[in-house]
Amino acid sequence: MHLILYILPEIFLALAIMFLLMLGVFTKKSFNLVYLLTILSLIFAIALVLNQPEEAYRYFGIIKIFNESYIIDKLSSFMKVLTLLFCMFVLLLSNDYVKNSNIDKIEYPIIILASTLGMILMISSFDLIVFYLGLELQSLCLYILASFRRNDERSTEAGLKYFVLSALATGILLYGCSLIYGFTGSTNFEVISEKLTESNMGAVFGIVFIIVGLAFKVSAVPFHMWTPDVYEGSPTSVTSFFALIPKIAAITVFIRFLYVPFINVISQWQTIIVFLSIASMILGAVAAIGQNNIKRLVAYSSIGHMGYALAGLVTGTNEGIHSTIIYLTIYLVMNLGIFGCIFMMKRENVFYENINDLSGLSKNHPMLAFSFLIILFSLAGIPPLAGFFAKFYIFMAVIEIKMYSLAVIGLVTTVVSAFYYLRIIKVIYFDRPKKAFDKNYDWGLKSSLILSSVLILIYFIYPTILTDIVTSIVIY
Amino acid sequence: MNFPILSAIIFIPLIGALFIFITRGPQKNVEKNSKNVAIFSSLTNFLLALFLWYSFDSSTSNFQFVEEKYWMGGFINFKLGIDGISILFILLTTFIAPICIFSGIHSIKFKIKEFFIAILVMETLMLGVFCSLDLVIFYLFFEGGLIPMFLIIGIWGGPKRVYSAFKFFLFTLLGSVLMLVAIISIYWITGTTDLVKLLDTRIVQEYQYLLWLAFFSSFAVKLPMWPVHTWLPDAHVEAPTAGSVILAAILLKMAGYGFMRFSIGLFPVASDYFTSLIFTLSVIAIIYTSLVALMQDDMKKLIAYSSVAHMGFVTIGIFSLTKQGLEGSIIQMISHGLISAALFLCVGVVYDRYHSRMISSYGGLVNIMPKYAFVFMIFTLAALGLPGTSGFVGEFLVLVGVFQVNILVAVLASLGVILVAAYMLWLYRRVIFGRVASSEIKKMTDLDKTEIYILASLVFLTLFFGIYPEPLLNTVDISINNLIDKYQTDINFHLSQKNN
Repeated sequence: MHLILYILPEIFLALAIMFLLMLGVFTKKSFNLVYLLTILSLIFAIALVLNQPEEAYRYFGIIKIFNESYIIDKLSSFMKVLTLLFCMFVLLLSNDYVKNSNIDKIEYPIIILASTLGMILMISSFDLIVFYLGLELQSLCLYILASFRRNDERSTEAGLKYFVLSALATGILLYGCSLIYGFTGSTNFEVISEKLTESNMGAVFGIVFIIVGLAFKVSAVPFHMWTPDVYEGSPTSVTSFFALIPKIAAITVFIRFLYVPFINVISQWQTIIVFLSIASMILGAVAAIGQNNIKRLVAYSSIGHMGYALAGLVTGTNEGIHSTIIYLTIYLVMNLGIFGCIFMMKRENVFYENINDLSGLSKNHPMLAFSFLIILFSLAGIPPLAGFFAKFYIFMAVIEIKMYSLAVIGLVTTVVSAFYYLRIIKVIYFDRPKKAFDKNYDWGLKSSLILSSVLILIYFIYPTILTDIVTSIVIY
Repeated sequence: MNFPILSAIIFIPLIGALFIFITRGPQKNVEKNSKNVAIFSSLTNFLLALFLWYSFDSSTSNFQFVEEKYWMGGFINFKLGIDGISILFILLTTFIAPICIFSGIHSIKFKIKEFFIAILVMETLMLGVFCSLDLVIFYLFFEGGLIPMFLIIGIWGGPKRVYSAFKFFLFTLLGSVLMLVAIISIYWITGTTDLVKLLDTRIVQEYQYLLWLAFFSSFAVKLPMWPVHTWLPDAHVEAPTAGSVILAAILLKMAGYGFMRFSIGLFPVASDYFTSLIFTLSVIAIIYTSLVALMQDDMKKLIAYSSVAHMGFVTIGIFSLTKQGLEGSIIQMISHGLISAALFLCVGVVYDRYHSRMISSYGGLVNIMPKYAFVFMIFTLAALGLPGTSGFVGEFLVLVGVFQVNILVAVLASLGVILVAAYMLWLYRRVIFGRVASSEIKKMTDLDKTEIYILASLVFLTLFFGIYPEPLLNTVDISINNLIDKYQTDINFHLSQKNN
């Protein structure tokens, strides 16, 4: 009974999924109801996470349950709140799109909820098996989501492509897990950490495989190939989910793996992560320049951003983790905003995805154009917007351990990536106006967009509001 | 004094911009209201800056009106303060901003509301640069200025505005990111980014060279120095008049200010070491860009190249590291701020009427626009450094300063003065004298009231500081002495260490 209390959010989500499924099946035209209840259950789950029993934090803020295979600490709680919160925002944001583009089936919110449950399990896992279970639950749901518009060619293609590649990556990851288990004799992170030494060659192989699998999940170069196609092919509402939510769980697991079981062999994985980070930053910056589809552009930009986030992990210090978490949080806010803008590109209930469709937006929709402006400059990392601070913390951490080359490459790619963000701003502000977009915005869309733009704009006034929370997260 | 006067000066324009941002209603009312708000807030700011100058104590070199607020977890604080050097730039900025707004009222025809917002935000950021006493805060304001300037060039600019805006943005950003690396490195080397504390610490000499170069990369692009000056002519040509004025009068000065405050203040040994580099680049800038200016057939481009040459004098003066040189370069920056602003406004006047910037499309304007010809003459002469104008004081002091250090550089730089005279007078002759180029020019009207007020104020200041530069010199005197003293002690300390 006692242990159950700690995993109330997970239990609640599982029950909610089953209940909503029943509700959806046995009542007619229940999409709106199910959608609303999904959002409400996410909110309730956040409340449950925040309301963990007090003992959870008594000993160094950490508690491990179920034979030490499940961990609840500040990192997991923070990331869970982030996941649930942004999942809720994504649902609010895409409500209008889902209704207007013929994917308003009750399975849609329920599958999103199920994959969120998988991510929550991943975030809290402290054991290879539990981690793998969570991973599979979320991945399977993501495959379905990618191909959700099943009579559309591109969506099906996206789903299949994602499934094949992801299954391969998961296979590699599982192989890595089995190697680790074989050479250390345990699936528990703590035990692995004790047994893992640099002389343990087989286990080092396992580390590489696991990193490859995880790099695929955060779409770091060179395991990024699926990203642009899947982002473009999936329905935009699913793309917005892809671009935000799975990254949180993947980065958390990255942190967990690198800093708990693998921390003693830091010299082995540091170079790999440096390479992943630099390659992602460069490719994300260069490849996005030629894109005309805004979803593809966001895909490449998210590859670049994950490169910066990984740069924080290179350091092996607590500051590095904090900078990555801050980066991730600000990245989520910015991407929420950019998808809000994309969902507003709608004329007579047809959604547009081409950058050129935005031309002259500033004349017909000054406020939307202004939001775009703020978010894009923030993505480019121009001060005083939030995106600058995200990068600032990352480079603080990177320069602390004297990795100047990584910092310089990172900052130079910022300049390159500024080019394609500026290109969108150019289209919005400098080009001739086209026909106006629809103005009947959904309130959820509108409020999410306003919230994210305002947060980005005024973050500099009180930056400690985020850093204070994040810096209390400690990893051993 | 407890009233946070610097914060007030920095944020009044921003508040004005917010006001304009939230005004709603019929187009006409909105435009009228935003006009009034913009004028009101920028003029208030100017008066506040005058009051600041009045209450400024020029007998101490310490930072005054210091404000410090907890920010960013305590390790970086929001710290503001000014000394004799920064206050002059604050005055210049607050004086130029209303001029830009008046010029905008006159010549901007669409998106007027947004234009005022951009100018006011720009003013806030520029003032922040001159007031900040923390490297990170400085960087924040320094870089933030890119956003409004990019929009000013891109939205209200000429036909090639997109290219120019991108070039401006990417050039400056590329230069600045290295400065960010340097700032963070300074934090990890010394444990602080607080300028006051940093000025008292000696940064280890091995680090100084690289850090200096990183700062240099940013300031050299912004100033701009040869060979990274190419963004400036493009940006100037395409920007609307008000944008050119801001660029020439204030934005370029941020780099000169940065050299003085950071390069010399924080890295004296490296500054000493790299003096010859600066001298070489500056002399090339002065002579080469003057020659290029001779060949221009676009008025704005000509003035833009002349800006590069004039800023060459500034860097020479700064890195001569003599009292006269430093004071001269400050005066040169202030006077160039006034004169180049005025010249761009003069070009704007004829451009508004005839929509051409080509020198060849004009001629004989003295017959049609006598007042204009008179004003233009004063600024032409001021630009070439005629005694009695502020341009002379600056150039003269700089040359006196350099002469003590390096005679060759002084001689070559003086050569530049001749070239400036050549292209400015030639420009004047071609535009103002000669035959009237076409019948359409005859229809052009002389200066109207607003233009006269704007230009007359600039004429007054140019002549006033040319005849009586004492107020400026008195203000900076102690701060410059302190800067040089500190530099000398640091260099001596370094030499004594080397000998041991």
